[in-house]
Amino acid sequence: MRGHAILRVVSKLLIPYVLLFALYVQFHGDYGPGGGFQAGVIFAAAFILYGLIYGLSALRRAAPQRAVELISAVGVLIFAGTGIAAMLSGGEFLNYGAFSQDYTAQGQHLGIIIIELGVGVTVAAVMVLIYSTFAGRGRS
Amino acid sequence: MIEHNLPALQVVIPLVAAPLCVVIRNARAVYGMTFVVAWLTFACAVALFIRVADSGDIVYAMGGWVAPWGIEYRVDQLSGFVLVLVAGMGAVVATWAPRGLAAEVAPSKRHLFWALYLLCLSGLLGIAITGDLFNVFVFLEISALSSYGLIALGGRRKALPAAFRYLIMGTIGATFILIGIGLMYMMTGTLNMADMATRLPVDGHRTVLVAFAFLTVGISLKAALFPLHAWLPDAYAYAPSTVSALLAATATKVSVYILLRFFLSVFGADFAFGGMGVGQILMVLAVVGMFVASAAAIFQGNLKRMLAYSSVAQIGYMVLGISLASTAGLTGGIVHLFNHGLIKGGMFMATGCILLRAGSVERDELAGIGKTMPWTMMAWTLGGLGLIGVPGTAGFVSKWYLLQAALEQGHVWLAVLLLLSSLLAVAYVWRVVEQAYFKKPAGIGVGAREAPLSMLLPTLVVIGLTLFFGFWTDFPAGAAGAAAESLLGGALMGGTS
Repeated sequence: MRGHAILRVVSKLLIPYVLLFALYVQFHGDYGPGGGFQAGVIFAAAFILYGLIYGLSALRRAAPQRAVELISAVGVLIFAGTGIAAMLSGGEFLNYGAFSQDYTAQGQHLGIIIIELGVGVTVAAVMVLIYSTFAGRGRS
Repeated sequence: MIEHNLPALQVVIPLVAAPLCVVIRNARAVYGMTFVVAWLTFACAVALFIRVADSGDIVYAMGGWVAPWGIEYRVDQLSGFVLVLVAGMGAVVATWAPRGLAAEVAPSKRHLFWALYLLCLSGLLGIAITGDLFNVFVFLEISALSSYGLIALGGRRKALPAAFRYLIMGTIGATFILIGIGLMYMMTGTLNMADMATRLPVDGHRTVLVAFAFLTVGISLKAALFPLHAWLPDAYAYAPSTVSALLAATATKVSVYILLRFFLSVFGADFAFGGMGVGQILMVLAVVGMFVASAAAIFQGNLKRMLAYSSVAQIGYMVLGISLASTAGLTGGIVHLFNHGLIKGGMFMATGCILLRAGSVERDELAGIGKTMPWTMMAWTLGGLGLIGVPGTAGFVSKWYLLQAALEQGHVWLAVLLLLSSLLAVAYVWRVVEQAYFKKPAGIGVGAREAPLSMLLPTLVVIGLTLFFGFWTDFPAGAAGAAAESLLGGALMGGTS
């Protein structure tokens, strides 16, 4: 895509806003439409756009394969860790109510935000991983 | 805290360990963790089993949301029994695995292998423990997707088409199951098994019948019931030995468990076996499968393929027991589920030892292997005797129950067919025994050494257990009998209808 100046410039302009919008969808997910999965996909879309325009090797420099693999596991651990933390606080697995002694709803709110973050992290990482694995087939 | 959360820990421990494998990355450390986690999981299963036997069903509300709104985990006699089998074999196979794996899976992929192994294990355990229909589907997909990956890790290129074929067939099966669950949700407005059981007899409503049909076909595909077994032989033959041993011992057994759960706990025996002739259809398919698959096993040159075909035949015995829909028949089916899990797991482990030392499991190349690998071949042969159902082995106990069940209902022809199909097992086991013991060591059979102790010991323990359960029938047969009675008697787990 070296010759396509318009695509390169426009995508460079767009990518920060796509990432920002992903974060909005992530952290506004408990009030409005959205949540971890959608946010993760949007976040990954920014990386995939970067990969499409600037090439796979540029994408792998920005998001090294190993790091992405690690992040994909970390998201699951955030999710499951929240569940275990709930058990340690005296509730059932994933019973966020146990996080707050006084207001169950407050604990639930906190729990939802954390697990959605875990979902977002894993979804974004796996999307990037799928793209770069397929795009890099026969290369590595 | 631990005791209260035991049902959740049963699934959560391996589920959390799987992403940890990816984080840790170092192959040795990953294996060390897997080893500990697998045995912890087994300890959970045993603790649950003992608690259920002492004080009845255990109910656990995920996230504190009480059923029927939330997801419920429910351990009863049957699920406790299946948990012990799956977690036990998961732990033993993980103990047995490292030496063989070193030869089969590249070091750079080993941490991913163990991550998939633990995911597969937690999926299988989840199916057995959950009391929620949609949750069954989710865990089914967790275990299935990870096993496609595990099979594809088999060294040879043929592993890839085998895994792909399993992927296609497994996805069709899972889709059918999901369609069935969706239709049932539409009719009853609930996904909780016990709750659905109280609402289900929507008399003769066509949608329920369609759901039942979709579920039956989908589960049969997953369980590799003849004639829906075509995906199984290649998948087991080309997977790494560790995967063959794990899946042969647990995966199809868990599918049979789902069949029992849906037929008897959710729909109820009256609906499932009354009027529509489903029992008769399953019985015919089971018997034909016993013969066709056993006959096919005789002509397989590859030991792993032979055992895989034999597995299809043995699934026939389990389904036969279920299709008789009597306490004796169900006991036979459930005992065979357990016994065959041990026998086939042990035999695949012995075959894995041979593959490691001889480099091949083609029967014709293994002349005289019984002299160079005496302990391994002894384990293999004892397992084979179990498959045949020789008295004194666990296989005899299950076949005895099945025979009794057949005679109890006056099906003398069925009893005769049962015995005849065992003769086919004699044939395929004998062809290997003849090659191993009665031929002069030749070819690769000469150079093979006895398997390393770390592999031999777990193999011998599993095979030893099959002999032990052939004499001491209190545990498998007693527990299976209790499970069968609660399935038929109460019609559902703790419900009221």
